[in-house]
Amino acid sequence: MARVVAGSECWPYTGGASEFEVEAGTVREIIAALDARFPGLGAFVDKRMAFAIDGEIHQDAWFSPVGPDSEVFLIPKIGGG
Amino acid sequence: MSETLEKPAPKAALSIVGSRPVRPDGADKVTGRAAYGADFNMPGQLVGRVLRSPHAHARIVSIDASKARALPGVKAVITAADFPDLASEELEGGEAAANLRDLSLNVMARGKALYHGHAVAAVAAVSTEIAEAALERIKVTYEVLPHVIDVEAAMSPDAPVLHDHLFTEGLEARPDRPSNIAKKHRFARGDLAEGFAAADVVVEGRYTTKATHQGYIEPHACVAAWGEDGRCDVWSSSQGHFMVRTFCARLLGLDISDVRVTPAEIGGGFGGKTTVYLEPLALALSRASGRPVKMVMSREEVFRATGPTSGGIVRVRLGAKSDGTIVAADVELTYQAGAFPGSPVGAGAMTALACYDIPNFSIVGWDVVTNTPKVAAYRAPGAPISAFGVESAVDELALKLGMDPIALREKNAVKDGTKASYGPTFQNIGYLDTLAAIRESEHWKTPLGPNQGRGVAVGFWFNVGGESTAAVHIGEDGSAAVVTGNPDIGGSRASMAMMAAETLGLPIDKVRPMIADTSSIGYSMLTGGSRVTFATGMAVVQAAEKVTGELCARAAKLWDVPRDQVAWEGGKAVCLDAAKDRAPLSLEALAAQSARTGGPISGQATINAQGAGPGFGVHLCDVEVDPETGQVSVVRYTAAQDVGKAIHPSYVEGQVQGGVAQGVGWALNEEYIFDGEGRMENAGFLDYRMPVASDLPMLDAILVETAPNPRHPFGAKGVGEVPIVPPLAAVANAVRGAIGVRMPDLPISPPKVLAALDAKGG
Repeated sequence: MARVVAGSECWPYTGGASEFEVEAGTVREIIAALDARFPGLGAFVDKRMAFAIDGEIHQDAWFSPVGPDSEVFLIPKIGGG
Repeated sequence: MSETLEKPAPKAALSIVGSRPVRPDGADKVTGRAAYGADFNMPGQLVGRVLRSPHAHARIVSIDASKARALPGVKAVITAADFPDLASEELEGGEAAANLRDLSLNVMARGKALYHGHAVAAVAAVSTEIAEAALERIKVTYEVLPHVIDVEAAMSPDAPVLHDHLFTEGLEARPDRPSNIAKKHRFARGDLAEGFAAADVVVEGRYTTKATHQGYIEPHACVAAWGEDGRCDVWSSSQGHFMVRTFCARLLGLDISDVRVTPAEIGGGFGGKTTVYLEPLALALSRASGRPVKMVMSREEVFRATGPTSGGIVRVRLGAKSDGTIVAADVELTYQAGAFPGSPVGAGAMTALACYDIPNFSIVGWDVVTNTPKVAAYRAPGAPISAFGVESAVDELALKLGMDPIALREKNAVKDGTKASYGPTFQNIGYLDTLAAIRESEHWKTPLGPNQGRGVAVGFWFNVGGESTAAVHIGEDGSAAVVTGNPDIGGSRASMAMMAAETLGLPIDKVRPMIADTSSIGYSMLTGGSRVTFATGMAVVQAAEKVTGELCARAAKLWDVPRDQVAWEGGKAVCLDAAKDRAPLSLEALAAQSARTGGPISGQATINAQGAGPGFGVHLCDVEVDPETGQVSVVRYTAAQDVGKAIHPSYVEGQVQGGVAQGVGWALNEEYIFDGEGRMENAGFLDYRMPVASDLPMLDAILVETAPNPRHPFGAKGVGEVPIVPPLAAVANAVRGAIGVRMPDLPISPPKVLAALDAKGG
């Protein structure tokens, strides 16, 4: 089970909960699992958040793989200048 | 002086990557042949001009353009009524999601003007004189409203509210009334109270920065032509012509396929050209007039109506053990967003403590709208502001502890395996090596002179990847064209050509890099976020590998051997079956036979690059302060940076030097100054003082290549944004060293220094 950590951006959907165990092999499956648990959170993270999978940031990448022991941080999407 | 530090480990033999060939755009730029946005013209084109609000905050009661329209030579007048009234919607297409309604309202005010200089109408006429005369004939009736510029004043419950629909996001409960506070960001770890209770030493400070402009030399410029069939062309200078296409199509209700955007050479952007201002207006004027319309901003318009970055307030409290271990950090950031939500305070919060491994911290960021131009991205958006506060506080901590400032940072440095303050676990970072590079530098070991001080500061930026397309086409003589969709702001054409040449095994002068229009190459995200050499570079290498694969397949046919018996080595197809005794075939030889072996040889790759890999910078600055005038001069500056692998080291050094120069200006001179009516008083380069070459010493760059990015075929990391993060604090810390007084408010201008010296003397 991947460990997913969500910051304060997600709290309105999770009621303040930050850490979840999620059965998922890809980013898309994480999104679906989060949405099933917290309706609306899937669309929110898909639009607003990047996925830091074991330290590597993935952005707008549904099929990036997630391992069974992966640590996935949801962080605001990053731009730049 | 510049140098490169590498691990002595063996690396793949590279003949072109890492060398310093002549830049492919150099001759055009030094001879004046390069065509920038304002250089393009079309037969029959009109001149477009914008009428801008004279008030910082006003309700637009009515606009009467009848007298302007009646002026001979005037072909079109437009207002917000000529654009769809768009609903709030997150729009992707730029670097980060934009709000479509806000984008539309920023391009042309509807109902209210929200800052001095906000566009309220535009005209197209046969000459500049007639266009400007027409502007004077447009009668706008305003109801002037109270305005607010200062970010703390804007947060007050009594402040004039810019948007009745704006309710603060990120609070535990939705507020019961609108305010100017758009959003609260929060990052935290551990137990802050426990951390401070365990601290032996605590420092605390409030630091402020002013709004500064990106200061690109080339003002915004475009030509737009709306065809009779409804298909449109735009020629403009931007950081992303696909971004221009998307934004224009959505703002005007067009299909993407009806808009073609051709990129001009760009005279600087630094984040400020990641959105649109003129292009939608020129298109609407062209639609209304039936003729092409050219629009070029004046420098004054650039200052008054395009995005500066935020002014900000940073409150920092740090707690440390007596051995220098930082055990607690409390950071609060308050950033101006300008007229619409979306300051870079989120990134400021995420980067504020990214260089430090601190067990207990709280970072809160406030995004606040003000009656100033909507901020735009500016190199590592948000990070220089928070770094100024944090790095100044770390300097204070070093002084209080009596510690060497580099040793203090080394003691608390993040490394591979450290959980970053913004969440993920760091991998493949070279931060400690970058600190060591400065500690071992000759600069660090050189004594200071009279009235001089030395400052150290560090900085971090994430870097990004994203979507890119690249194509490689082989000519019949064996030369290659490398085509991408990213405007070249910082030398990307050189690095694209070099990576293609390295992969193909061609000399660099046989590879010509080109940037294609939106109909001639696949989608590419804009040039920003330090992404192009990383992401588009990966696409280029993949496209070149498709070409070498096809070349091997052609050789296999010619040799009548299986494909897997041919390899591409040193720019030639080599037969691996020794029994066949085939002489290697060069790219030139294979290209000459391409028609007979299957047709033209090309490769294209499209990617959405992930895993960009963050970068770190460590800066060392010496200043000299004139005690009679308060003038601060930077007399020596060395910047070390974790770059992964420098594809073209001269360009990487240039990125470092450019970031430092802009950071020095931010620290010492630059600021938006407003009068009591909310009008910018210094909207020109005479009064808005950016550093010029004579203001700066040679800026020395040390490229640290000990932590290449494993995601990139040559190990590249983004390099363009990190170097603007540390200079604000590096300069301020040096001034502290020189005069013995902390200067917490930027810019550190001579009057402020004199006042500080007088107060100290008194």
